[in-house]
Amino acid sequence: MGKELQVAALENGTAIDHIPTKELFNVVALLQLQRLDNRITIGNNLKSRKMGAKGIIKVSDKFFKEDEINRIALVAPNVNLNIIRDYEVIEKKKVTLPDEIIEIVKCNNPKCITNNEPMKTRFEVIDKENVVLQCHYCELKIKKEEIVLK
Amino acid sequence: MKPKSLVNISDYGKEDILRILKAATAFKANPNRDLLQGKVCATLFFEPSTRTRLSFETAVNRLRGRIVGFSDAATSSSTKGESLKDTIMMVGNYADLIIMRHHLEGSARYASEVSPVPIINAGDGSNQHPTQTMLDLFTIYETQGTMENLTITIVGDLKYGRAVHSLIQGLSHFKPSFNFVAPEELKIPEKYKLFCDKLEIPYKEYTDFSPDAVNSADILYMTRVQRERFTDLMEYEKVKNVYILHNEMLNDSKANLKVLHPLPRVKEINQDVDDNPKAYYFQQAKNGVFTRQAIICDLLDIHLD
Repeated sequence: MGKELQVAALENGTAIDHIPTKELFNVVALLQLQRLDNRITIGNNLKSRKMGAKGIIKVSDKFFKEDEINRIALVAPNVNLNIIRDYEVIEKKKVTLPDEIIEIVKCNNPKCITNNEPMKTRFEVIDKENVVLQCHYCELKIKKEEIVLK
Repeated sequence: MKPKSLVNISDYGKEDILRILKAATAFKANPNRDLLQGKVCATLFFEPSTRTRLSFETAVNRLRGRIVGFSDAATSSSTKGESLKDTIMMVGNYADLIIMRHHLEGSARYASEVSPVPIINAGDGSNQHPTQTMLDLFTIYETQGTMENLTITIVGDLKYGRAVHSLIQGLSHFKPSFNFVAPEELKIPEKYKLFCDKLEIPYKEYTDFSPDAVNSADILYMTRVQRERFTDLMEYEKVKNVYILHNEMLNDSKANLKVLHPLPRVKEINQDVDDNPKAYYFQQAKNGVFTRQAIICDLLDIHLD
C-alpha cells in the first residue's frame, strides 16, 4: 500500500496538522513564523479525509511554548499538534484557548482606548467553547467570526 | 482586598458598596469637614460635563481639599498629541487622586493601570459611570432604610441606558426583584436577563407602562427614551408618549415608593410629579456630592471616626 507523503517528514520539531485552509496564513502570522530561522514547511489545500482540504505547518527544531501555541486556537481551535523527535511523534496535543489574550487581537470598537493610544490590547476569553472575547478596557464582546488580528 | 480605583461598579463588592453607603450617610449629615486638608485632587475632564465635574469639585471643596485640572480637553496637552498615559503619569506626580472623564471607552481602566494614584472614573464614553450608580444606590438606601429585598421598576431605554445596566449590577448583591418596562426596540438586553437568571434574581418584563409595575415597586427608576435610538421612527412616534409618568399614576403606589431619574429629564416625568413627595430625583442629584465624598475618602484611606 503506497502512502504518498504530501509534505516531507520531520526529524525533530513541531507539526501542526488539520489547519482550516483559509486560516493557514493567519496561523503563520499568529506564530510569527516569519521571524524564525528554522526550516519551515508550509502546505495548503492538501487532501484530508477528515476535512476535505487542510493546511499543515512543520517547523524543524522548534518546540513552542504553551502560550505561544495556544494563540492559534483563536482561528483554528481543532488543529492537531504533533511533537516529533527522531521522526517519531512523541506527543500529540490539542490547542486550548488561554484565559487571556494579550496584544494579538484588535478591538473592534473604534472608540476603545486601545485603538487610540500606543498600548497593548487585552481580552478576557469569556467563552472558550464558542470563542467569545471581551475587551478588558471597553468591555466590548467579540465573537469568533468578528475577530480581527492586529 | 479593598479596590484601589473605581472604574466599574463591578469592581466593588457588597461590603465595599455598604461601606461607601454608610460613609455617604455620615457626609449627608455633615458634608463640611477637614478630611482632605493638604490633599490635592485632579479633575481631568477630557470631555466636558458640567454637572458631574461640579458635583466632584463641590465634594472636594466641602472637605477642604484642593483641586487642579481642566474642564475641557482643548486646554490640556492632549491637543498637542500627548498620550493619555503620559498625562496620567504627570498628573499622578502632582495630585493624590485623579477624577477623570474621557470620551474613549476603557480609558479609565487603562489610566488605573498606569497611574501611581487612585483613579475615579467619571464616565468613559458610553461605557461606565460608576459614581452615578453609587449615588443611585445611596438614594435607594437612604429612602428605603435598607438595600435588601426591594422591588425596582426601571422604565424607558433599557437597551442602551448605561445607568440602568450598572444599577442592575450594583443592586444584584441585595436580593432585588425587577420590573423592566420598555418598548420592544429598547428592551433589556439578553445578557442582563441571563445575569439575573444566574443569580436567581426575579424579573418581569412589560412593554406597556402597567399599573402593576408601578404599584408593586419600592423604587421607580425613570430614564429617557431618546428618538435617535430608534431605527424605525414610526415605532418611536407610537411609543414616545407611553413611557411618561404622570402624577395620577402614583395614586395607588406604595407609601414608601420613590421616583428616581439620573437626569437630565426631558418629558418622561411630567412636571406635575415634581410636587409629589414621592418624587426624589432632585434630592438624588444632590446625593451625588455626599456619595462622591465617601468614594474619594475611601480611596484615599481616610476614614470617619
